[in-house]
Amino acid sequence: MSRAARPSAVGRDREGPAFAAPALLLAGTFLVLPMLLAGVYSFTDIAPLSGAVSWVGLQHYATMLADPVFARAVLNTALFTAVTVPGSMALGLALALLMNSVLPARALFRTVVYLPLVISGVAVGLIGTLLFNETTGVLQTLAAALGLPPVSWQSSGPAAFASVVLITLWVRVGFTMIIYLAGLQAVPVELHEAGQVEGAGRWQRFRWITWPLLGPATFFLLVMSVIYSFQVFDTVFVLTGGGPGSATEVLGTYAYDTAFGPARDQGYGAALGLVVFVFTLVFTLLQWRASRTRDEAA
Amino acid sequence: MSGPRRRRDRLGRALRTVVAVVVAVVMVFPLWVMVVTAFADRGTFPRSLKVWPESVTLDNFRRVFAAWPVGTWFVNSLTVTLITTVLGVTVSVVGGYAFAKLRWRGRTPLFWLLLATLMIPTQAILVPQFRLVNGLGLVGTFWAVIVPGAAATFGIFLARQFMLAVPSELLEAARLDGAGPGRVFVSVVLPLCRPLLAVLVLLSLMYQWNDFLWPLVVLRDPALYTLPIGLQFLQGQYSTDHPALMAMTLLSVTPLVLLFLLFQRWFVQGLATTGLR
Repeated sequence: MSRAARPSAVGRDREGPAFAAPALLLAGTFLVLPMLLAGVYSFTDIAPLSGAVSWVGLQHYATMLADPVFARAVLNTALFTAVTVPGSMALGLALALLMNSVLPARALFRTVVYLPLVISGVAVGLIGTLLFNETTGVLQTLAAALGLPPVSWQSSGPAAFASVVLITLWVRVGFTMIIYLAGLQAVPVELHEAGQVEGAGRWQRFRWITWPLLGPATFFLLVMSVIYSFQVFDTVFVLTGGGPGSATEVLGTYAYDTAFGPARDQGYGAALGLVVFVFTLVFTLLQWRASRTRDEAA
Repeated sequence: MSGPRRRRDRLGRALRTVVAVVVAVVMVFPLWVMVVTAFADRGTFPRSLKVWPESVTLDNFRRVFAAWPVGTWFVNSLTVTLITTVLGVTVSVVGGYAFAKLRWRGRTPLFWLLLATLMIPTQAILVPQFRLVNGLGLVGTFWAVIVPGAAATFGIFLARQFMLAVPSELLEAARLDGAGPGRVFVSVVLPLCRPLLAVLVLLSLMYQWNDFLWPLVVLRDPALYTLPIGLQFLQGQYSTDHPALMAMTLLSVTPLVLLFLLFQRWFVQGLATTGLR
């Protein structure tokens, strides 16, 4: 800031808050305040009709520890994250390498991979019901035509879980591919040429040149994908509704169903929602620390 | 040396093309089946389901339109999406400017606070936000979706990143020429932000058009449904009638798909730059 700018700085001290006010007001009212209230409500019972609030202390957290559906939802969310995050990242990286190479009609291929990204979670879930319906589903028809045995996509828990994972991968590879493509395009061609001159093979060049340079992209994708998978809702809600039983119940669907489903237990629902937040928070902080240690080491 | 090398290159390219074609077929398959089913004859579905449709009918669209106010839902979606986008993008750009180019006390801690709100999942604040919006008397109106939707922290973050690159000398020059704060923003900053605006508008249109969980909580009146909520409702009504459901699914995804095909460059740039900086 130059010295000449000093006189107007006083006037500008009011200009800043004025320009920031709408954003701060909205975020304060509809994000920060509800987040604080969610903590409070997790210690209360909220009457379904009147909305009257009564203090129950740690009761919801005690319920949670003994709640088999909650345990199942946590397990499913963890499993869903553990499969979809590396899965979508590995596929996205492979596709990005493919689409970054010399290829006819490359733009068209890229567009096709991106397309599911703009489709709503509800529409994805409905397309899923068309594909995975056990009696009339397209995949069943296809399997029969190929002489393969039918799969119980709806009545078998593991198969239903697989259907949710598959349709999620279909949507997410577009995103991971976009990020990895951007990363690949920033890798200097000279490095690869130098590697080639030194006699490094294709795999060696990927391992020691490309992959390290994709570090920031991998890190970003890891954070974004884990957060996305922790909070998955739309597709599961529409495709399986958490069923059969609670085989595909995740924290997102369980929190919603508890608070706004037939039970309308909003106090417990708030506590469940808070668990999603705490998971997200802990993971983000861990990642942040890991990246700082890495940056300091570098 | 160049002989076998070139042949290997050509072979590699052919192999890659084959893989790319397989990938493309897998990616397009669900969408293609959706389109074919949407125009399929309900009576013979799914036996008639072929890769290439034998007959095409608009009956599925007519049937659902005759029974449910799908046109209203479409207009509702359009209304909510457009108003939220205009409000949200305005708030983001104005806020981003304050955090990138103006110096004021509290700027840094407040920016960190905004950044921290990015971590808040919708599920975590569903109950308190519902009580809050209900208390404000907004439940049962579109404002219940629009006003919280305009609190788009991500947009502020993006706008700030972009505006950090706007040279401060330009703003100083305008100030020395006697331009007021509003004038500097509108005449100097905004014209430089066209790429930012394009990205923000497209990402917001996509997000709002597809938004589901929060509208599901606050839009309980069928007359107020947006398309995703209407679709989920129709799922209950037409659970086994895939042609009807796919007709409506197709209707709901078409506007965004067209928008994406027209402005793919901006979409991709938006999605890619949101993180890598």
